[in-house]
Amino acid sequence: MKRDLPATRQKLVVVGNGMAGIRALEELLKIAPDLYVVTVFGAEPHPNYNRILLSPVLAGEQTVDEIILNPLSWYEGHSITLHKGKKVVRVDRVKRLVIADDGTEAAYDRLLLATGSNPFILPVPGKDLQGVISYRDIADTEAMIDAAAKYRKAVVIGGGLLGLEAANGLKLRGMDVTVVHIMPWLMERQLDDTAGQLLQRSLEARGIAFEIGGQTEALIGDQDGRVMCVKFKDGRELPADLVVMAAGIRPNTTLAESMGLHCHKGIVVDDTMQTKTDPRIYAVGECAAHRGVAYGLVAPLFEQGKVCATHLAQFGIGRYSGSTTSTKLKVTGIDLFSAGDFMGGKDHEEIILNDPFGGIYKKLVIKDDKLVGACLYGDTVDGSWYFKLMREGRKIGDIRDKLMFGESNIGDTGHEGNTRAAAMADADEVCGCNGVAKGTICKAIKDKGLFTLDEVRKHTKASASCGSCTGLVEQLLMFTAGGDYSKAPTKKAMCGCTDASHAEVRQAIRDQHWLTIADVQRGLGWRTPNGCASCRPALNYYLLSTWPKEAVDDPQSRFINERSHANIQKDGSYSVIPRMWGGETSADELRRIADAVDKYKIPTVKVTGGQRIDLLGVKKEDLPAVWRDVGMPSGHAYAKALRTVKTCVGSEWCRFGTQDSTQMGKDLERALWRMYAPHKVKLAVSGCPRNCAESGIKDVGVIGVDSGWEMYVAGNGGIKTEVAQFLVKLKTAAEVLEYSGAFLQLYREEGWYLERTVHYVGRVGLDYVKKKVLEDAAGRKALWERLRFSLDGEPDPWFEPDKAKVDLRQFEVVA
Amino acid sequence: MSWRPVCRVEDIPVLGARRVAREGSEVPIAVFRNAEDKVFALLDRCPHQGGPLSQGIVFGESVACPLHNWTIGLSDGCAKAPDEGCVQRFACKAEGGQVFLEADALTPVEA
Repeated sequence: MKRDLPATRQKLVVVGNGMAGIRALEELLKIAPDLYVVTVFGAEPHPNYNRILLSPVLAGEQTVDEIILNPLSWYEGHSITLHKGKKVVRVDRVKRLVIADDGTEAAYDRLLLATGSNPFILPVPGKDLQGVISYRDIADTEAMIDAAAKYRKAVVIGGGLLGLEAANGLKLRGMDVTVVHIMPWLMERQLDDTAGQLLQRSLEARGIAFEIGGQTEALIGDQDGRVMCVKFKDGRELPADLVVMAAGIRPNTTLAESMGLHCHKGIVVDDTMQTKTDPRIYAVGECAAHRGVAYGLVAPLFEQGKVCATHLAQFGIGRYSGSTTSTKLKVTGIDLFSAGDFMGGKDHEEIILNDPFGGIYKKLVIKDDKLVGACLYGDTVDGSWYFKLMREGRKIGDIRDKLMFGESNIGDTGHEGNTRAAAMADADEVCGCNGVAKGTICKAIKDKGLFTLDEVRKHTKASASCGSCTGLVEQLLMFTAGGDYSKAPTKKAMCGCTDASHAEVRQAIRDQHWLTIADVQRGLGWRTPNGCASCRPALNYYLLSTWPKEAVDDPQSRFINERSHANIQKDGSYSVIPRMWGGETSADELRRIADAVDKYKIPTVKVTGGQRIDLLGVKKEDLPAVWRDVGMPSGHAYAKALRTVKTCVGSEWCRFGTQDSTQMGKDLERALWRMYAPHKVKLAVSGCPRNCAESGIKDVGVIGVDSGWEMYVAGNGGIKTEVAQFLVKLKTAAEVLEYSGAFLQLYREEGWYLERTVHYVGRVGLDYVKKKVLEDAAGRKALWERLRFSLDGEPDPWFEPDKAKVDLRQFEVVA
Repeated sequence: MSWRPVCRVEDIPVLGARRVAREGSEVPIAVFRNAEDKVFALLDRCPHQGGPLSQGIVFGESVACPLHNWTIGLSDGCAKAPDEGCVQRFACKAEGGQVFLEADALTPVEA
């Protein structure tokens, strides 16, 4: 459908109808659909297509139609004037006019250059002969397909990513292919020598020949002007009917230079993607040089497009600060992955697994206790995981011994230990939460042209819930969308409303002494009038935990469970779980519960894993009355807060018990209840090392031993089953309270919303926690004191709903 | 269209909702109030799996369903892409601090 729009809008001209330019345009249309009258020039006679997938087209695995990203109807639907097959030859910056080779003109208020790159053509005699082509666009691909049908011998000059993909495609189309590579091993910019040689061997097994170290002196033609052979510096000649030049690409800056724009390794742009020379002109994609780097991979281009769009939309927010990239070869059946500083060297440590007969080689490069590079051959399953560790800059000391064996060894549940995305059948389930099969994800990636994890999450829901299959989904993206897939920068925005990260928001709230959500949103330039369902609960928690007794709770910014103080169920009814200190109850309590069950016709009564009783199927209208009749404190089983302290029977009854774990549990629960936290918090206390209370998988787990108590932290029994780490051995119950409280307060002050202790400690490292809680006695006492101050006088929402700001109107239906 | 008064604007929390009962129907109407005191009325049943939209977090002119976090537009009743589906919406207005619903909404014709 075409929309009618006023004619007074500004004019935006995009030069370059490729992935970077059109992506920037798509981002712009999302946030400011009516701001500009848009004109696009493209030198190729096609609408925007997925250049990454040219290799599968060459290999006969996909067709040209299948790789179109934006059909002509898309341009029409957005009222975009598309000049395809027209190359822009001149731009008049004074008159602000773009002129194409056929004389077409377009005036602009803003100009976006996305001219991409040109293949580098070796400056050798014969480079202009017939049958000598580069490998860059649909026309080149079609020329190769055409040549493969008529001729036999192909020579590919350049053993990099593109050259090898071309060689593989031509081989599959029946040609005899030789790759000439001047460097000592293949893909030297992505692989080390060992992996490069493994790669060469497996390509040789497919019938591709190599001239490693071969220096091309000239291309020799026949009497008809068609290439006949390649001549080397050492005098040898290699027959060739087709020569593909794949010796790298250069940013296409011809137009920009003719316009007088500053170019150095590309069109020089700043962090807003504006050219240094002319603020009306922007550049994105392979033609742009940002901080001295021109990226040739898709993810950075998309990140640039997003930033550029926000500036074109006059929001003036968002900066591009560069990308970490990774590489994967798109040759079916060859698994290869590299990222970061994979060569290593002085000051670097390497972990290497080398199985030349099995065709598997893995090298991990570590510096300063962080993973800085990875080079994988033959088994790339964990590539995305390593890449994630690199981007996050996470300390790897605690998992160093398992690092080489991959993420599956770290222990995630929920997908049957199946981590080989490529080996999975289409019907196999990837996302156990939302029931999304591999086939569904791959189809969405292909059909809808998805490139990022976020997009896949939005469209398929895969990995959108618990996130434990994120690694798998990333692998599928890599396999399906193509190897140039790489991912977002280290800094992750809190949500779509802002570019600020959780860490930045927390810091700003502390530094600025902000007390309301509106303060934060104003101060940090929120894009939305009042946030979203994702950021508001986080902000509310950050304010309350940073400024207790000062910041005022905003119930409307809490998830329904924390607003109604009960847990919503699938049919819209609620569950009620009263607190039972340390898992102990009495005849009186049980009688009241039984009476309430009868009186309010509560359909299900269930014993929970946390040693309490759950009343399920309570109508919302009945909640206040059920609380009153049960007459027990809230169990906070619905909240991001202290849930339960699970205990074993302990020395009071148990013949093995060494400590009174039940009393210890009750004391901990009384000290910590009503404690809101970034996520739910579960504790357990066992009375002896038999550990019947399962202290090993709790946020704080305490185990009694003859001489005192052992304290463990950051365990988890949920999505990511993780055994708690030993923190300290203590003598007295008072110490257990102080140390537990200090650890939890540290987590409350520094954790990101919805981050469990296992992830928090994983992020900051156990050594950091030890420094804060064990080594700094004054700091520990201060933490414990701050927690007690926060909790002092906090109301029980069931007994004192007024004081807890529970909006009681919600329980009434307006008649 | 005839209007029927249901409650005062201040009876609905800012960025919140109230449920309004309907004769002959188990599913109430959710009446929302946003930060600018605009009011909206939707059937209290998410097009996804029937979650009570009245219990969701309200932001801008949207509500996030409490069950699976679908975002539903308050003025059009439609799910935000890529989710698909729309919930029935009802005419609703605020005048002089009084919230009115279209009268037909409260007495649905039994199908």
